[in-house]
Amino acid sequence: MKHRVVITGMGVVAPNGVGLTEFTKAIKNGTSGITFHQNLKDLDFSCCIGGIPTISEEKKLEYLTPLQLRGFNSSGILYGCIAGMDAWKDAGFLVDANSELDYDSGTIFGTGTSGVEKFREAIYKLDNKEVKRLGSTVVVQTMASGISAFLGGILGLGNQVTTNSSACTTGTEAINMGFDRIQSGKAKRMLVGSCSDDGPYIWGGFDAMRVMTYKHNDTPTQGSRPMSASASGFVPGSGAGAMVLESLESALERNAPIYAEVLGGALNSGGQRKEGSMTAPNPEAVQRCISDALINCSISEEDIDVINGHLTATSKDSLEIENWTKALNRKGIDFPYINSLKSMVGHCLAAAGSIESVATILQLKEQFVFPNINCEDVHPEILDLIHEEKIPRTVLKKEINIAVKASFGFGDVNGCILFKRFID
Amino acid sequence: MEKNELITKLKSIVEPYIQDEEAFKNLSEETDFVKDLKINSANLVDVILDVEDAFDIRIENDEMEKMLSVKAAMDIVNSKLEAK
Repeated sequence: MKHRVVITGMGVVAPNGVGLTEFTKAIKNGTSGITFHQNLKDLDFSCCIGGIPTISEEKKLEYLTPLQLRGFNSSGILYGCIAGMDAWKDAGFLVDANSELDYDSGTIFGTGTSGVEKFREAIYKLDNKEVKRLGSTVVVQTMASGISAFLGGILGLGNQVTTNSSACTTGTEAINMGFDRIQSGKAKRMLVGSCSDDGPYIWGGFDAMRVMTYKHNDTPTQGSRPMSASASGFVPGSGAGAMVLESLESALERNAPIYAEVLGGALNSGGQRKEGSMTAPNPEAVQRCISDALINCSISEEDIDVINGHLTATSKDSLEIENWTKALNRKGIDFPYINSLKSMVGHCLAAAGSIESVATILQLKEQFVFPNINCEDVHPEILDLIHEEKIPRTVLKKEINIAVKASFGFGDVNGCILFKRFID
Repeated sequence: MEKNELITKLKSIVEPYIQDEEAFKNLSEETDFVKDLKINSANLVDVILDVEDAFDIRIENDEMEKMLSVKAAMDIVNSKLEAK
């Protein structure tokens, strides 16, 4: 028997809003979370702007104990714990260190790399022959599965506890994997999501590749310009998104509030063949991933109301739109609404798919389409494919039933997931 | 170092790591770090590092293995301080 899967709780730590209330307000208003960072300038970065969530010291202590915060230097784990714990509480569960072990609940919480600042700190000590003085906190903060290990212990999860990693597809992949686990009956609840560190040591490699914009150091909020003719590279971001996926039976039994239903999705790779490479997507595989997701959910192309794209604000945006038009066989005025959260928060890398999925689900729950900012000048190649009206620049109040989210990552990997409005 | 002064100093060092408040309140020479104070065994190395910093001493691996109680910690700290 295949179980239906619904979303019963969410949490988000985004550059433009921490917590669902603040984040919802920000995405409706088109509030940018991109700011200038002096430390990037001091290190001679070309791109000195980025998206970093604001977390006070008091807020940290609401989530982690003073002992957990001793020697703590992993922003991604912090963001992931806040988003994950918020999602868990939002779903109606307690966060209690003495709770019963729950074998029906697990987590798949992804990241790109864990605790890069902590790792740097450790390497300086190691090279200084101070291995004995590292303390006990390096391994748990720098192991890839640090975030799922933290959450598993804080929440007392007894089902699968793991971390997935597939570059910028990570978050969307985690949702797909958690969905599969519940649909097949292997778990009743899966906390899924992803997180990403902030700062120079995570963003430097991208700056070196010249894929981040260097043109907006004086105008940070205008820097991230997906689908715009003046897009000049992505703006790096960070944070975490999380959601509690639950079997419909379990959710109804608990009388839990339901945000939306997860219909299913697809994951694949372009194998770095044809136009695909380590850093560029193979369009054939991208289109197939979207088509497969629709087939897996028994949804036809015309049922899609809104697309939350990957759309990073690089030269690849037009290609992505072309892929959507081909996969959905819809173009011009017939194309669904499309938006990119990256216009407000930048590219949150491993966290992108989960933060953007939280935004997508909020749209279904509250019936709106959030605006694309910095897109007054839509790229002419995109206008050849879809009607300008389909790229909202102000928030739209619309009845929307089915939303699709896709993410594409380095390594030529793709993930696509479909969400449906849930009406009791 | 005078006994009570040393105990007070050790008490403040272990405080962040303890998980049994009652045992901590009644901390004496006989208190065991893991059995009584319920300090996570992984955190013992952090206690050692904090002791090293507080007394400006270095504790070797074999000494560290023995440092499981307040008494053992006092002996090691005192011998290191005398050797200075």
